[in-house]
Amino acid sequence: MHIVVLIKQVVATTNVKLDPQTGTMIRDGVESILNPFDEYAVEEALRIKEKLGGKVTVLTMGPPQAKEIIRKAIGMGVDEGILLSDRALAGSDTWATSYTLAQALRKIGDYGLILTGKQAVDGDTAQVGPEIAACLDLPMIAWVRKIEEVSPEKIRAERLMEDGYDVLESPLPALLSVVKEINEPRLESLKGKMRAKKYEPQTWTVADLPGFDLAQVGLKGSPTRVVKTFTPQRQYHSEMIGGSPKEAASALYKKVVDLNIIH
Amino acid sequence: MNYFLTEEQKMIVDTARELAQEKIKPVREKYDEEGHFPWDIVKEMAAADLMGLYIPEQYKGMGRGIFELCLAVEELSKVCGGISLAMAATALGTFPILLFGNEEQKAKYLPDIATGKKLAAFGLTEANAGSDAGNMTTTAVKDGDHYVINGTKQWITNGGEAETYTVIAMTNKAKGPRGATAFIVEKGTPGFTFGKKENKMGIRASATRELVFTNCRVPAKNVLAKEGMGFIVAVNTLNTSRPGVASQALGIAAGALEEAVQYARQRVQFGQPIASIQAVQHMLANMATEVEAARALLYATARSIDAGEKSFAKISAMSKLFASEVAMRVTTDAVQVMGGYGYMKEYPVEKMMRDAKITQIYEGTSQIQRNEIALQLIKEAAKKQ
Repeated sequence: MHIVVLIKQVVATTNVKLDPQTGTMIRDGVESILNPFDEYAVEEALRIKEKLGGKVTVLTMGPPQAKEIIRKAIGMGVDEGILLSDRALAGSDTWATSYTLAQALRKIGDYGLILTGKQAVDGDTAQVGPEIAACLDLPMIAWVRKIEEVSPEKIRAERLMEDGYDVLESPLPALLSVVKEINEPRLESLKGKMRAKKYEPQTWTVADLPGFDLAQVGLKGSPTRVVKTFTPQRQYHSEMIGGSPKEAASALYKKVVDLNIIH
Repeated sequence: MNYFLTEEQKMIVDTARELAQEKIKPVREKYDEEGHFPWDIVKEMAAADLMGLYIPEQYKGMGRGIFELCLAVEELSKVCGGISLAMAATALGTFPILLFGNEEQKAKYLPDIATGKKLAAFGLTEANAGSDAGNMTTTAVKDGDHYVINGTKQWITNGGEAETYTVIAMTNKAKGPRGATAFIVEKGTPGFTFGKKENKMGIRASATRELVFTNCRVPAKNVLAKEGMGFIVAVNTLNTSRPGVASQALGIAAGALEEAVQYARQRVQFGQPIASIQAVQHMLANMATEVEAARALLYATARSIDAGEKSFAKISAMSKLFASEVAMRVTTDAVQVMGGYGYMKEYPVEKMMRDAKITQIYEGTSQIQRNEIALQLIKEAAKKQ
């Protein structure tokens, strides 16, 4: 089975600084890493390959320096990497990114399973995975914490929910996004590192994608508009409820009912 | 200091460091406390391609040398000198096959060791034959196309956990030093069992156990080199493996130094970080100087061996002697710099101090290393006359 893992290069910090003028992230001088959630997806793909055989390809969209995360994935043991890089894509939002990656997946063609992290730790939108599934009209299981069974025809997975988990079964191909509970990613092996050092990923531009519609991508093609960015001010109001324990409990009960917290 | 490592050697260091930081550091205290064998970490070492660094590529190893083995052991030992021993002791058990094995033996045993499927161990020491190896009482008597081994080996690192053992036994006591023979013995051979597991001061994650041979029949094709060459196998094995112990000692010392420096920068007494107190600075300065000197001696030794130096018994003993003495002093001083906290198990330096001690004892005590160095000095001087 050919497993394609969608990966993204992100800044190695959860404290992202924004440019107040443009509303975009300041990436200069910050170390870049493979999005941690995508690393779990890479590990899971390698485990499935060890079971079923086949091939693992990582696909990323980003600037030329995103080759580094492809090399990291090669070091972990994936077979091939593809970098999708084009100036026309700069400023793309999740819609435009999903469209572009979906076109790249169409070009790859023979995928049996697509894996990705539940979200990237920079934008935190968690939109690109589901949007790609929609573009390609594929079944999607988000927030996968365990793959119970997988064969070339179908997959059964546990989807993490706030109050437990669901077990879903889907025919393949399908797109799954994974959470960190799914596995512990392996380190890059020495042989992997040696291969990665020399490895040059395939680099595609939009010209390599048949029928690509440039109007759908870039800042102009992106429906999202960043109007303003700011750090929200948190405001706290507190109120002490006095009286005997019985009176206080009764007053508190009335308040939470009034606030619609309980009914 | 710049030791002019190749890109590949830097990758080996990085790989070992990542493994040590991410996989070993979180569990080293648990393994030290419980004294179980760290199989989960051994699997990680194998997956990272570190178990076969010094084994030729034709036997599925990485085809590198003693120097690369030392670099990896040093990095792992910076975090845990007990867990790193699974690798270093396997090298000790593998060297007899690597140095003296015939093609058939190498092809049979080395690939599984190189890929980390199996560990190896070396069986020389006995209850009454430590430094005085010639006093051993384990015997191997030829019987057709087999040898029958009887006796008990003691304090064998990786004992019970390893699959492949290289064991020295007396085949002809009357011949003295020429009466010993080296054998490869597989775990599971009838008559080969394991005795007491030792409860140790340090390197507690390492298995140290007795090997018990009771009419254990080993095929004659498992003899390494020839009958009677057992001590030659043993001496050459130890000469080759001592840089490994030196790198373990160096790693422990370097790890303790780092802990002490970090602590000294943070610990405030008399209104200032203790790192600004000259008495502490001088201790740290001495520790750092000794660690660097041990590293320089070890790296030069390992590179000489890999470059084909013929007589390296002296430099090998020197690097082991020096690094292990440094490890004991530096870890003791690291505890001292950290005072009461250093003595507590919440900090890793008390463990490093306990782990360091063995490096002055096993694979030849510091005193035996000095004997070896002096012997070589006298031999060299005699040759000049």
